[in-house]
Amino acid sequence: MSAVTEDNATAISQRQLRTIKAFDIGGAILAIVTLVSAIIWAFPLYWGVMTTFKPEFQVVEPGFNPWPRTFTLDAYIHILTHTNIGLWYLNSLVTSLAVTVLVVIMGAGAGYAISQLSFPGRKVLWFMILASFMVPIQALIVNHFVLMSQFKLINNWLGVILPQLIVPVVVIVYKQFFDSVPKEFREAAVMDSASEFRMLFKIFLPMNWGVTTALAIITFIGAWNSFLWPFLITTKEEMMNVTVGITQVRDSFGVQYARELAAAVLAGLPVAVVYLIFQRRVTQAIMLSAGIKG
Amino acid sequence: MIKNRTAEVTAALILVAPFVLIYAVLFIYPTIQMVAMSFTNAPLIGEGEWIGLKNYTKMFADRRFQTSVINTFYFVLLTVVPNTLIGLGIAMMVNRLKGWQQSIILALFFLPYILPVSVVFRIWNWMFDMQFGVMQFPIEFLFGQRVPVFRTPALFLPAVAFVTIWWTCGFNILLFLAGLRSISPEMYEAASLDNAGRWKQFTRITWPLIWPVTALVLTIQLILQLKIFDQVYLFVQGGRADPSMVMVQYIYTTAFQKSQGGYGATIAVALFVIIIAMSVLQFTVLRARGEK
Repeated sequence: MSAVTEDNATAISQRQLRTIKAFDIGGAILAIVTLVSAIIWAFPLYWGVMTTFKPEFQVVEPGFNPWPRTFTLDAYIHILTHTNIGLWYLNSLVTSLAVTVLVVIMGAGAGYAISQLSFPGRKVLWFMILASFMVPIQALIVNHFVLMSQFKLINNWLGVILPQLIVPVVVIVYKQFFDSVPKEFREAAVMDSASEFRMLFKIFLPMNWGVTTALAIITFIGAWNSFLWPFLITTKEEMMNVTVGITQVRDSFGVQYARELAAAVLAGLPVAVVYLIFQRRVTQAIMLSAGIKG
Repeated sequence: MIKNRTAEVTAALILVAPFVLIYAVLFIYPTIQMVAMSFTNAPLIGEGEWIGLKNYTKMFADRRFQTSVINTFYFVLLTVVPNTLIGLGIAMMVNRLKGWQQSIILALFFLPYILPVSVVFRIWNWMFDMQFGVMQFPIEFLFGQRVPVFRTPALFLPAVAFVTIWWTCGFNILLFLAGLRSISPEMYEAASLDNAGRWKQFTRITWPLIWPVTALVLTIQLILQLKIFDQVYLFVQGGRADPSMVMVQYIYTTAFQKSQGGYGATIAVALFVIIIAMSVLQFTVLRARGEK
């Protein structure tokens, strides 16, 4: 009797052992597949960056050379000295920062009012904001352009900025977060007869600092990366954003991949750096703008 | 009390005023203006005459408009579902990892999403280069010859869709990862006690529980890809744009390059209506399925 149970026991444990082993092998294979896929996925980025460090004649050498034989910064020096990239950078920086600051301030103000205050038209406004959540701004390019030309804002920073300010999602996110601030805070502040502006800037915003950072970062990245509108509203080379400039200005000597990619690396560098520093906030912001409260 | 109430309303109006002003001037007004302009023969800048429904009858008979609508939906077909499924697959692979390993692998998959479209365009234009691009190695291996991918009409939109998936999949991965993390590990433990295999665990637990996220990703993707312009415009530069024309691009060509503002606005109205119709439709369908 006892021998049988013992046999049974060892049989079971062996089977379990086998499944555990099989599981581990499966898991290990999956881990390797994941790693290999990730490397393949990121390879174009590596390849693009490496190409910028090669002399132009090495770029067009046949075969596959994953590492430059000689490192050179010629491509970068050429881009920095022969194009208006400095100006494009300035244009991108000014317009993206302005969009970020204005979108966040307007969003926080409207979100606070809708969440905490009662005023005529509150419900209508909230409904309109919700309804325009997925509004196709791209369909409005013609009339945005007409409007900006009436305002005389073509080839002007303000012309680049204005149509990028319609971001109802920011209001929605702020309203949701302000809604969840406990009532006691407001009541206490009302007792102290603090003004609404004090309350917003001294209590509600500081309590939701993380949300503000996240929204600001994602708005900045979005504005820096935007292409269609800055492309339409700027016709003068010196008014272009960097994302537009690098695609519109060509060398007269045919395709020079190292230079083209060096310009691209310079254009993408700020957002890549912002992402690498603020990874968590970027992730949070993406969740928020997709409607997932993280 | 009454004084307080007035103060509250005043404060509220001051706080919402900037947003309302921007919203009215840059969203509502241009939308009305767009509809009004679609009934005129106005150039891009300047006055036009009222021509009734002429633009609309012209549009429905316009071959190039039809092509642009078909291409747009073709592009949606090529991107939305593959991008969602690949995103889910990668998220499930990443979700198995832990700690710093997960952070690094996730960053590798996510990094392209953060880059501007012009950078993505430059990289892939180089990758696919007919003479020197590294993508020509696998292409030559598979098809026996080099292929000028972005100069071959039949391959153009699929290739742009491929690049788009590479570029934007990180967004889907993030959303799916958040969804997967919210499924309690106990459910999988219980399932493995019942000897349920990986596939069964996926169909019985993961897929139904992740469905709300899938629906969200599909909706966002659909709306996003209907508005496709940047990549198609950049990759076609220097080639013939007509065969692969998409809707926003046709608006651009008509209104900005040919200066037919009225007709451009008409196409814009069509795009506007399509996007709103699709979002309402998809929202209803997905919600119905989710409730069942």
